[in-house]
Amino acid sequence: MSKRDLSVVLHLFARSARLQKKRATLTIASIAWGTVTILLLLAFGEGLKRQLSSNERAMGENLAIHWPGETSKVWKGLPEGRPIRPRIDDIAALRDRLPECEVWGEMRNSRTNMTYGRKTINGQVSGTSWIYGDPRKHYPRPGGRFVNARDEEEKRRVVFLGYELAEDIYGKEEPVGKTLLVNNSPFTVIGVMQKKTQTSAYGGQDRNHAVIPITTFKAVFGRDRLWVLVIHTQRSEDMEAALAHANEVMAARYSYDPRDDHVWGIWNTVKGQATSEKIHIGMEIFFGIIGALTLVIGCVGVANIMYAVIKERTREIGVKMALGARRGWITGPFLLEGMLYTFVGGLAGAAIAIVIVTLLGSIPQEETRVLQFLGKPTLSWPIGAATVAILGTAGLLAGYFPARRAAAIDPAATLRYE
Amino acid sequence: MKDQSEVSAHIIEMAAIKKTYDTGKIKVEALKGIDLVVAPGEFVAIVGPSGSGKSTLMNLIGCLDTPSDGRYRLSGEDVSKFGRDELADVRNRRVGFVFQGFNLLPQISAFENVEMPLLFGGVSVRQRRERVAEVLGRVGLSDRMEHKPTELSGGQMQRVAIARALAMRPDVLLADEPTGNLDSSAGGDIMQLFSELWEQGRTVVVITHDKSLARRASRIVEIHDGRIVSDTAVAPRRPGICAFGAPASDSAEEPRSLA
Repeated sequence: MSKRDLSVVLHLFARSARLQKKRATLTIASIAWGTVTILLLLAFGEGLKRQLSSNERAMGENLAIHWPGETSKVWKGLPEGRPIRPRIDDIAALRDRLPECEVWGEMRNSRTNMTYGRKTINGQVSGTSWIYGDPRKHYPRPGGRFVNARDEEEKRRVVFLGYELAEDIYGKEEPVGKTLLVNNSPFTVIGVMQKKTQTSAYGGQDRNHAVIPITTFKAVFGRDRLWVLVIHTQRSEDMEAALAHANEVMAARYSYDPRDDHVWGIWNTVKGQATSEKIHIGMEIFFGIIGALTLVIGCVGVANIMYAVIKERTREIGVKMALGARRGWITGPFLLEGMLYTFVGGLAGAAIAIVIVTLLGSIPQEETRVLQFLGKPTLSWPIGAATVAILGTAGLLAGYFPARRAAAIDPAATLRYE
Repeated sequence: MKDQSEVSAHIIEMAAIKKTYDTGKIKVEALKGIDLVVAPGEFVAIVGPSGSGKSTLMNLIGCLDTPSDGRYRLSGEDVSKFGRDELADVRNRRVGFVFQGFNLLPQISAFENVEMPLLFGGVSVRQRRERVAEVLGRVGLSDRMEHKPTELSGGQMQRVAIARALAMRPDVLLADEPTGNLDSSAGGDIMQLFSELWEQGRTVVVITHDKSLARRASRIVEIHDGRIVSDTAVAPRRPGICAFGAPASDSAEEPRSLA
């Protein structure tokens, strides 16, 4: 496009924009509306997705929880139907053979009396290894800590509390450092768990249990058998191999057929993670399509207005052609109109959406139960890029098709006197 | 502007021009072979009944349409094979259109209407202003520059249209029934204006039903059924210059009957 083309197109555009302020305003408003809609939809989708996955991850990732069962196959002269009951020393054996994984066992006692002062609560106590804390997201609130290796080694009487349980027992008081009677034995509270919204769990919500070292558990309750055995890998792709390896180790220790899949009931969270990832992608596509369709409606509106304008201005276009307007000078202002209106409308819509999202984001999440699951609407760069791409395409199309129609006008036919 | 004298001294040179409209099933032959030559300074009236093809001819002369067959040179340039943008430039520089329905843009002022072809012609802002003032002055509308077409009478609108046609100083002024939409008094003024413009040396081609307008021409070409049936020089020609009807240009010697 030469400088002259540009100056003519700009001149004509400025003139037509000046004459049609109302139409320009309406067009920009419709594009802005579409942009707000798509941005909010995508922002809510993104917020929901983030919240869902953070809720799902609240239990921890890449976990394989093993519930012991019994054999279903005859093996080396041993009958079927033998219960397999792993013990605390199996944990050390597995750690030895699977150095790349974290392995722990859990023992549980539901309905355990916990007493502080005059208040007694009947709750669940878990005995577990100290390494359980991080992978299971039992993060301590400031001022406290989780069970550590020394606690376990020395069978210390220390207890880490879920935040809801802590509140039930201590109310507004700070529990850390206080003594708690667990099953009538005095324990020191060493930490309270940070709040988290947890949507998956085994054996109850983490916020409701008390955690003590597994060695202490054995000493207090006199039990050695594990309730579950858990294997955690750093990377999800290592899980399959780790499971196979662990099964071999245990099969050798307890003399069962390694191919016997009745021995363990296994919940492998890696499988669930893949599924929910797909669900999230599906959700994103769903929101995206709805948003895009909304915007398309807006753009169809713009294109429609432009078509109407061209029909109304057919004679004018014919006159301009007769006076020597090149094709580009006829189509240019329409294209420019389509793009500029889309751009300005998009910008205005984005600004409005950002304001709304910011306002919604400032509502404290803890106060409203709904927001804990809905999450906060979040605008991200990919959302911005997608919107710009959709708007850009739409703007071009909204300008291009009417412009093409304008260029196809036959001046000779238009100028005939009727 | 290009040098036009090296190829031809004529403004319009049409040879065996045909125009066929293809409407799918039926083909309509609007022009069946037109040979027409117009020299600079002529005032040609093209007359004929409706449906004779004179509007088609006018569109072809003005490069609003291209012939199906034949050769057309406008100011020495063979425009029969020109592309759309080249034709647009030719219309801008070579032809000044005046329409029966005025065809002014209703939302903008007389000034801006006249300015439009200058804008397309790449004339600078300052020159545009001078040129618009000059041509609007020429048609007697210096005091109406900021008026919109709706605020003007029919005769005034047609004079704005004539000013617009003159703005780019075209080689030929092409008018299609310029008085057809005016009352007799306003029509008379417009006819007078065309005569004056011709007397000042401009080449004028007018398509008209109006006998009194045709009588002012130096030459009357009659079209019937897509063919030229008569081509007559009319006296007196250019009263101000050649008082006794002597030919003002070579074209006067051309054969006039090309039936």
